[in-house]
Amino acid sequence: MLRDYLQPELIRFHVKAQDWQTAIYLGGELLVNQQICTQKYIDACIQASYDLGPYMVISPGIALAHSRPENGALQIGMSIITLDPAVNFGNKNNDPVGLLITFCGIDHNSHIGMLQELATFLMDERNQQFLFKVNTAEELITYLQDSERKM
Amino acid sequence: MKKLKIMLVCGFGLGSSMILKMTLDKVLKNNAINAETFCSDEATARGQFFDIVFTSEEMSKLFHGSDKPVIVIKNFLSSAELEEKGLEIIRKLSQEG
Repeated sequence: MLRDYLQPELIRFHVKAQDWQTAIYLGGELLVNQQICTQKYIDACIQASYDLGPYMVISPGIALAHSRPENGALQIGMSIITLDPAVNFGNKNNDPVGLLITFCGIDHNSHIGMLQELATFLMDERNQQFLFKVNTAEELITYLQDSERKM
Repeated sequence: MKKLKIMLVCGFGLGSSMILKMTLDKVLKNNAINAETFCSDEATARGQFFDIVFTSEEMSKLFHGSDKPVIVIKNFLSSAELEEKGLEIIRKLSQEG
């Protein structure tokens, strides 16, 4: 279940970031603090966007930052932050970004279950709208528990 | 009917393309189409064997000059966009084989 990956320390709402690099740094900091990855991994996430372009903005307002496991991944995990105000990542179709998910996997396969949970959650637009208006990690966790109970 | 090989491409073949694969798998299932879907990364995608590729606008530049259909997707979470842009060509290629 999605909430298994989302302890309160990995969630922040209404984060202020002056640019996309700062946004990824702040989302990544939550992972580094929980020893899910090293700072080198987060630096690599930022570098990836320079190298490969802002394709990480996968949907209007939603970015998915990550790097390769060998760049400093320690565990499987993800952080969720909302950006307020929303930040431009340079993706003309999907900017500005209000929701940034930074994730980390330790190989090519073991994070797929986590991403599947995330994708299923985000495919429902009501869930996206909830994420943009929620204020505390506790509210989100309660919401996840309630929606899992209904499934 | 031919079982198509459909490739999903992003920078590392781990994140965005995995999300795109999940959305496409859902579309294929809803439309009762049997196809193989797999992710690939920027470095190795061009060397893969595939019948059709789905990717972002940035990554689509990798396939300039390719003789295979390249479907550019803006919203990787949108079944509606994947259906609108990809379903017809997937059906057509499946039937040709």
